[in-house]
Amino acid sequence: MKQVAMFLLLLLLWVVLVWPFEAAGGQIHLVAGELVPGIFVALLVVLIMRHSIPEGFKAWINPVRLFWFVVYVGVFVFYVIKANFDVAYRIIHPAMPIHPGIVKVKTTLKTRAGIAMLANAIALTPGTLTLHAEENGDLYVHWINVKATDVEGATGYIVSRFEWLIKRILE
Amino acid sequence: MNSVIGMIFVAVGLAFNVLGCIGMIRLPDMYNRLQASTKCVTMGTCMVMIGVMISAGFLHSAQLSARCIICMVFILITAPTAAHALAHGAYSFGVRLWEKSVVNRYEEDFPKKSTDQDHE
Repeated sequence: MKQVAMFLLLLLLWVVLVWPFEAAGGQIHLVAGELVPGIFVALLVVLIMRHSIPEGFKAWINPVRLFWFVVYVGVFVFYVIKANFDVAYRIIHPAMPIHPGIVKVKTTLKTRAGIAMLANAIALTPGTLTLHAEENGDLYVHWINVKATDVEGATGYIVSRFEWLIKRILE
Repeated sequence: MNSVIGMIFVAVGLAFNVLGCIGMIRLPDMYNRLQASTKCVTMGTCMVMIGVMISAGFLHSAQLSARCIICMVFILITAPTAAHALAHGAYSFGVRLWEKSVVNRYEEDFPKKSTDQDHE
């Protein structure tokens, strides 16, 4: 089942990238010569990767999760833009106001996918970059402007703005 | 009109890309440089993509727009992952933090074994 879902996803990606359609005489034709390699490649990838497809495909077909995912994308874009102005300001400021350091934060997320998603979000938000992630939810984060060196304070600054959303999406 | 707005987006995106490059030169150590390059280059490139999409027209060229959106999604997923891999690899290899760094919890929890390089 999940192999079929992954095959369809890969085929959709191929179709969007290659666009095997041709407009001729007012009608849109499908060009077989550009679609067949896609089917072949998608089958090959599913065959090779069949053991490493993540579980929980079905959990995504859930309007509540999708709604929180859309909210997450909005929050994420806001923080990405904020991060850019923050870092750009530190770069062009003559005195370079940075106080870098590595802090430890704790997350209550349980699944590997959740921790990976959180680490990814941290890497694109103001001044933080995940350096190391432990299985039990400890993250070591490089912070360009350290505001709190203790675990609780750093968790409050870095993790809490995404954790509640990712929990609603994935767990 | 669309092409003007698109060009503005492309110009702002390029400006952020340039800032990221300046940051790579100005900032003091590997990890700070990674921060600058990851963040500024990610958003700069996404803005270039949005600019291309606007100037070409969303519906007029659905193919181009779809490709741009796929590029943006892949950049947003792969850039932080690559930055994490580089930072972790650099730390494992022994690249030091800037000497004015405030705190290093990672070294406290995972003390480095003393190597020959430490005694130099």
